[in-house]
Amino acid sequence: MSEQEVGDPRAAVAPSDESARVEKAGASAGSSRGRHLFSGSAGRNLGLVVALLLLCVVGFATAGERFASVSNLMTILSLGSVLGVVSIGMTFVITTGGIDLSVGSVLGLASVWASTLATQQMADQYGWIVMVVCALAVGLAAGVINGVIIAYGNVVAFIATLAMLVAARGLAELIAQRRTQIVDVASFNDTFKGNLVGVPKIVWIFALVAVAGWFLLNRTTFGRRTVAVGGNREAARLAGINVKRHLVYVYALSGLTAGIAAVMILARTSAGSSTNGTLLELDVIAAVVVGGTLLAGGRGTIVGTVLGVLIFTTLTNVFILNNLDSSVQQIAKGAIIVVAVLLQQRLARRST
Amino acid sequence: MVNADPPVTVPLLQMQGIVKEFPGARALDGVDLEILPGEVHCLLGQNGAGKSTLIKVLAGAHQPDEGQILLDGEPISISDPVASLRHGVATMYQELDVVDGLTVAENVYLGHELATLGFSQRREAVRRTREILRRLGHSEITPGMEVGRLSAAGKQIVSMARALSHDARVIVMDEPSAVLDSEEVGNLFRVVKELTAAGVAVVYISHRLEEIREIGDRITVLKDGRTVGQNLPVSETPTAQLITLMTGRSVEYVFPDSDAPAEGTPVVLEVDGLALRGVFRDVSVQVRAGEIVGLAGLVGSGRSEILETVYGARRASAGTVRVDGKRLRAGSVASAVDAGIGLAPEERKSQGLLLDEPVYRNITLSTFARFARGGFLDERAERTAAQEQADALDLRPAGVDRAARTLSGGNQQKAMLARWLVHGCRVLLLDEPTRGVDVGARAEIYALVRALADQGAAVLVVSSEIPEVLGLADRVLVISEGRVVHEGPAVSIDEHGVLDLVMEGSVA
Repeated sequence: MSEQEVGDPRAAVAPSDESARVEKAGASAGSSRGRHLFSGSAGRNLGLVVALLLLCVVGFATAGERFASVSNLMTILSLGSVLGVVSIGMTFVITTGGIDLSVGSVLGLASVWASTLATQQMADQYGWIVMVVCALAVGLAAGVINGVIIAYGNVVAFIATLAMLVAARGLAELIAQRRTQIVDVASFNDTFKGNLVGVPKIVWIFALVAVAGWFLLNRTTFGRRTVAVGGNREAARLAGINVKRHLVYVYALSGLTAGIAAVMILARTSAGSSTNGTLLELDVIAAVVVGGTLLAGGRGTIVGTVLGVLIFTTLTNVFILNNLDSSVQQIAKGAIIVVAVLLQQRLARRST
Repeated sequence: MVNADPPVTVPLLQMQGIVKEFPGARALDGVDLEILPGEVHCLLGQNGAGKSTLIKVLAGAHQPDEGQILLDGEPISISDPVASLRHGVATMYQELDVVDGLTVAENVYLGHELATLGFSQRREAVRRTREILRRLGHSEITPGMEVGRLSAAGKQIVSMARALSHDARVIVMDEPSAVLDSEEVGNLFRVVKELTAAGVAVVYISHRLEEIREIGDRITVLKDGRTVGQNLPVSETPTAQLITLMTGRSVEYVFPDSDAPAEGTPVVLEVDGLALRGVFRDVSVQVRAGEIVGLAGLVGSGRSEILETVYGARRASAGTVRVDGKRLRAGSVASAVDAGIGLAPEERKSQGLLLDEPVYRNITLSTFARFARGGFLDERAERTAAQEQADALDLRPAGVDRAARTLSGGNQQKAMLARWLVHGCRVLLLDEPTRGVDVGARAEIYALVRALADQGAAVLVVSSEIPEVLGLADRVLVISEGRVVHEGPAVSIDEHGVLDLVMEGSVA
């Protein structure tokens, strides 16, 4: 359709000058370089990178070679891997404007279920895959239940996943009877313990999940729907997106990442325990939010989440190397969360 | 600047050379406003002219960067909303600023609760609230009602009652009539006249020139954050001059020629016996390719619900919707979209757009999956398709990478139309297509809708402005109390005719 075809002469109108105003606004916003540098997604991530580097400087200054070594780097990465994988799933949930408080409990439940005597016996017989499938299935099932209750039951995510948090922990205790189940399946340990090309295998898993998560969020229709549902649920619905079904998928994804993390816990500690993942949800949410994903929904960043995870893990590492009390560490974490979110709001306000 | 004779009376409130800068935009660039006691002072201007920012400065929600505010000739500073109220300025915002979970009385006295030694005087608040509501002609709203259960119009009444609960000397009303039907507007005007008779000044913002003609005393016109016309007497200023001031150009505010399709043109949309329990019943309408059918009726008549039910956003309790003879699944938006129906909803910002996402993603919100390959997005193809439609609709600014938030109301509406053009839809449902769209852009939207119909789309349009429905549509259905009370060519009925039918419908 061209201008001429629209142009019933009586209805023709000279161009509005609003456009010029908006252009001007855009130009002057970009004119201040410092502002420009820190606005936009790249800028926000740059802030996180600077924070991480600062932490590394502090680590090197206080712990020297003990901090700046390849083995310590691997320690940090494997420490962060479990947190990281769950955080990737959580990033999707929070991008839709939701929350999943149950991830820690679901991880615990999946780790227990995948390491019961019965499961381990089957794994001895049919291979490690049995344990993996078991853990992932438990996580996925818990996520689907969360999603269905939230999307089709119209229950607020906070409440629905709080219920799952309590229930999953209880079920895990029931199954494990409060005993720690040692993983003694040779094929499982061979597959997941140890290094691959000098890097712990669980770190590879984290890397894979993070890359897959990035593609999923930024390059697929799934990611676009996630952002749309979080940005404006009603607009998404009226555009023809099946919002309820998509929410089920997103909570299922979160459950699935908790299941993957359960496998990683079993690989790292060889212990299936109902206390696995206790309070993990808080660290996960903190990492995601510090990373720059909006709690209100509509904007999510996988790179930010990974940086958030690394910041918290490195912080823990620096504190441990300096033999500092874990209580002090908690205080520092709290402060970081507040400062990071305050900074983000400041930057977000500037960039709009 | 056009400036009428200086007033004889001492101004109650003066704003002089007000400048307000936001990062990247100068919203107000030297605005002057002068309000006399007991007058209705109308503030006119297109969207983005700075009206809302100006009243926020007056309400203490924004601090001006330059300029001064004088009350009774004395400079005052309005550092926050409380200070504004203390100086006797009460503001009714356009966005409804009521708390859903509280009662009507609690909302009316929110922020200035009646209390003795910290104990709230609920009975007194209820009594005074009832009194104010009676003055407003809305005794059916009781002080104990929960505000969340009221309609948008009801909430507007509560917001108005709150402004009245302050012993204000100046009451600012930002588009108070936008969600009201004609009877309620009548009530509003009666209250405004009472207030001004008591010496209270009213600052009245509205897009509807006919309202300003009816109630206003003087007009100040803003354009691009500047005062371009000040203290123009309503009775002596021709509409053409106002529009010229607002737009900076002359506009012929007219509808495109209607050329209804011939009898033989195929029916695209066929609605048969559609009903939504408690809202509307037995609605049947056929729309041919190239035809624009309008639904006229008052707020609350069920017009918008009819569109939403046709679209599947609400599940019909009876009846069928067919597109090209194929029956749609009830209550399924996906089924409607697949069949080629598109909806431009009433509230673009809350129902239509992802404001922080780029324009092109808003345009392809219904079609991005079609461009994708194996679940992977093809953003380049999306952007190309979006840009093509944006250019066809003359979207301004033309770039599709900026956030949807930065577009004006008219251009946001174009983005919504572009979404359905990319989709290639056969049926367009338009709910209040020009709400929040300024005068200049309206004629453009009308021309676009007509052009889309000429290309073979079947269009069903709802508007609370009866002249808009009559001017735009080929055929009109008049809706009253959830029933179709009249169907006929748009040219064979006028605004009075429609209102007569609506009244009859409510009696029956």
